[in-house]
Amino acid sequence: MSHTILLWSLTYAQLALALAACLAGIRIVRGPRAQDRVLALDTLYIAVMLLFLVTGMRLGSIFLFEAAMVIAVMGFVASIALAKFLFRGEVIE
Amino acid sequence: MIGRLLPHPLLVLVLAGMWMVLTRFSLGNLLLGMGIAIFAGWAMHALQPERVPMRSLRVMPRLVGTLFVDIIRSNVMVARLLLTEGRGRRTSAFLLIPVKLRSPTGLAVLAIILTATPGTAWVEYVSETGTLVLHVFHGAESAHYLHVVNNVYGPMLQEIFE
Amino acid sequence: MSGVETVPMWLSIPIALFVIVGSTLTLIGAWGFLRLSSFYDRLHAPTLATSWGTGGVALASALLASWVQDRPIVHELVICFAVTATVPVTLMLLARASLHRDRMENAAHVPPELLLTRPRPEKPSEVAPSSSEK
Repeated sequence: MSHTILLWSLTYAQLALALAACLAGIRIVRGPRAQDRVLALDTLYIAVMLLFLVTGMRLGSIFLFEAAMVIAVMGFVASIALAKFLFRGEVIE
Repeated sequence: MIGRLLPHPLLVLVLAGMWMVLTRFSLGNLLLGMGIAIFAGWAMHALQPERVPMRSLRVMPRLVGTLFVDIIRSNVMVARLLLTEGRGRRTSAFLLIPVKLRSPTGLAVLAIILTATPGTAWVEYVSETGTLVLHVFHGAESAHYLHVVNNVYGPMLQEIFE
Repeated sequence: MSGVETVPMWLSIPIALFVIVGSTLTLIGAWGFLRLSSFYDRLHAPTLATSWGTGGVALASALLASWVQDRPIVHELVICFAVTATVPVTLMLLARASLHRDRMENAAHVPPELLLTRPRPEKPSEVAPSSSEK
């Protein structure tokens, strides 16, 4: 019984997070401006990272947690670099 | 001598500890973790040579507690607003708030607190006038945010950093 | 499927609850992010995912790991800290970049008093050293 509850909630979480990642992906395509796309990329990073966490819980694999950690850190660096670029550079839209 | 070699002893200790817990405990990992931590200490030293003064840590637990409750409260509020979205009822607003806090570290912590809390986003700080520009999601709560910045977080951070 | 079967009822309910709350908040945030019309409004949506979205999922993961006991729960703590402490920095920088670009274009959707608050170079004595870089 408890196994069923866990499996269903984890499946629900996986679906919800995948949907969240898709919504962020739509925003990346739609724009309209460069800062919207960077923000959407950041949201996408977080959703995918949480998806990795949930999948890791389901499979009991430690590698997925390592991957989630790397995504969290890399996403930060990438977004900072892009935001800095919006400050300085001329962005062709 | 020890100050030159280890400019940030606490940072080095924490980093080495984190490295040990994240990997497996062994002599090789200890050496590698210590090496990386000491290197990170030098990098930190090169980036920011002056030390951050911490006057008092007594208010720290109160700050964390207030922040925790605030984050839960505003999570509920923003989630509800996003779901119901009374198109006509919710308007966002820019707030110009004069703040007394002057220490750069204190302002940085305030920025992280305000941005981490759903509902408020830090836009700018004008250092000449000491004015803070916030964007709030629910414009009707402007008075509440004004109170929170000036009477709750501001004094606490001033006590810690000034 | 290592260990998920052995979790007792009293523990599986809070784990399920935290996972559901966390993922639902992330979904609401992404949904709002897609629907809101202005950039500054959209800036608020991802904070739902970074505060309790991440918190809920990480807490559930930590609870599960502490029962199964195959590894320490440090990863969750590191992720939680990394996300809640670094995403605000990104959002702040993006907001400032956006305001900067709006000023360059004199955008109509920004209040006029904000378009004027940019540091003026005719008062060089007041300019802080950090803002003198160009």
